[in-house]
Amino acid sequence: MKNNVIFKGWWLPLLLVAPQLIISAIFFFYPSGQAIWNSLFLPDPFGLKTEYVGLDNFTFLLSDSYYRASFLTTAIFSISVSVFSMGLGLYLAVLADRLIKGAGVYQTLLIWPYAVAPAIAGILWMFMFNGRIGLISWYLGLLGYDWNHALNSGEAMSLVVVASTWGRVSYNFLFFLAGLQAIPKSIIEAAAIDGANFWKRFRSIIFPLLSPISFFLLVVNIVYSFFETFGVIDIITAGGPEQSTTTLVYKIYADGFIGQDLGSSAAQSVILLVLVGLLTVFQFKYIERKVHY
Amino acid sequence: MIEKKKSGYWLSHLGLCLGVLFIFFPVWLAFVGSTVTQDDILQPPYPVLPGPHFFENYSSALFQGGPDGYDTGQISVLKMLINSTIMALGITIGKIIISLLSAFAFVYFRFPGRKTFFWIIFLTLMLPIEVRIVPTYQVAANLGLLNSYTGLIFPLIASATATFLFRQFFLTIPSEMVEAARIDGATPMQFFKDILIPISKTNIAALFVILFVYGFNQYLWPLLITTTPDMQTIVMGIKFMIPTGDDYGHWPTIFSTAMLAMLPPVIIVISMQKFFVKGLLESDK
Repeated sequence: MKNNVIFKGWWLPLLLVAPQLIISAIFFFYPSGQAIWNSLFLPDPFGLKTEYVGLDNFTFLLSDSYYRASFLTTAIFSISVSVFSMGLGLYLAVLADRLIKGAGVYQTLLIWPYAVAPAIAGILWMFMFNGRIGLISWYLGLLGYDWNHALNSGEAMSLVVVASTWGRVSYNFLFFLAGLQAIPKSIIEAAAIDGANFWKRFRSIIFPLLSPISFFLLVVNIVYSFFETFGVIDIITAGGPEQSTTTLVYKIYADGFIGQDLGSSAAQSVILLVLVGLLTVFQFKYIERKVHY
Repeated sequence: MIEKKKSGYWLSHLGLCLGVLFIFFPVWLAFVGSTVTQDDILQPPYPVLPGPHFFENYSSALFQGGPDGYDTGQISVLKMLINSTIMALGITIGKIIISLLSAFAFVYFRFPGRKTFFWIIFLTLMLPIEVRIVPTYQVAANLGLLNSYTGLIFPLIASATATFLFRQFFLTIPSEMVEAARIDGATPMQFFKDILIPISKTNIAALFVILFVYGFNQYLWPLLITTTPDMQTIVMGIKFMIPTGDDYGHWPTIFSTAMLAMLPPVIIVISMQKFFVKGLLESDK
């Protein structure tokens, strides 16, 4: 912090940071500590007492095939949502950037799904494929394809990916459009004069210039798919069928609240905590380079 | 103008229109579903053009939580909307206030523990509530916060993004401004109130849009912390309307509720688009 002009006194600033510190302590640090503590204990089936089991919860988890499968599920889900929403966002942003007029209108028409809750997005897509009333599942039925995402795990995964992608395109579109508009037009014009066609310009100039923002978006989208998509999964599949759409976050909820397996749920929280911590450090390292000039 | 070919220009429009179609299609179907009767929906194929039952469906959802003679066990959607709005505004205003205060302290004061506190707040960036959901629920339950607005709002205020955003902005304010205020004999709080807040107005507006959307669309936390119907928010309350198993549910009510659940945050984003774009591009960097 380079700012040299400061006010004197120490009790006023402490008073000013107190609200944030107190709320963080009660709802953030204490529960996080609690999660670490609980992960070392195993409550008996009647919930009367808990027994210290050391790292047993962790070793049990890592040998549990369902838990290991949820890592893979999370990876498939997050990467699919990130890649599809970024691809579509970039595609639309490139098209909007080429227009001289009307880019603003398309921006308005494309960004509002950002404001739609993931749970509501889940409802919108779930009912189109609902076995009883769905429009798309009905037409698929006419074509001889029997869609049933309640039984078919591949269909369940595709549906949660599409619904999450739908809500995420607008975010990526906005960032890519801002990135494209920041590229000096003179560079692109110079390449055009040298005879580079659109694809060549895109490959050799635009895409390299967009790579920092693409990298940033990839990390942000993966973190987003980890956490914010809980509503989509809960509404469309509730983690099923056979846990095929149970992501790490969904499993913490399912084991902790539905299964009442607090020790395991706490151990899962700790594992996810470490995972997200690493992702954030990774992200922040990058941000620091970019913002703190 | 680089692209001289007309065809490229029209292809851009065509591609964008396809994108817009993909974005609008599911919402259009939900809107259609909110204007027809239950029978229209249950007899396939699903209708693609709106019917005449708009007012009937919306007013029964808003004021009764469903049509006459259909016991949903739910509160009215209006009450859910009110709950959601209170929660969203509480989270938004709460976050803005605590982060303005602490960012002010971090930038304009040197006090014992400043570095430590800064890192403590930075740590909260890392963990969304979904990760520590079970112990946070236990804390809220022990404090008697289940089924209360306090319980809906406060655990979601603990996050550092807004603090960092304001800190970044305050650091760009020229020090001459603070110097001038000090020479004029302004106390720290006068400087905060009369100078800092007014010049932060656009940043506050930008953050308001982002945080309102975040707060309004909360799903998991309200789902856990509300056990009585009258505290349900619209985004999670709709879950209980969806039929499970052989149940039929009342689809026009579900669709009207889904449309109403989208309306407030979408209106805020569209009407404050300029601030929204600014807030989004800056807050996530």
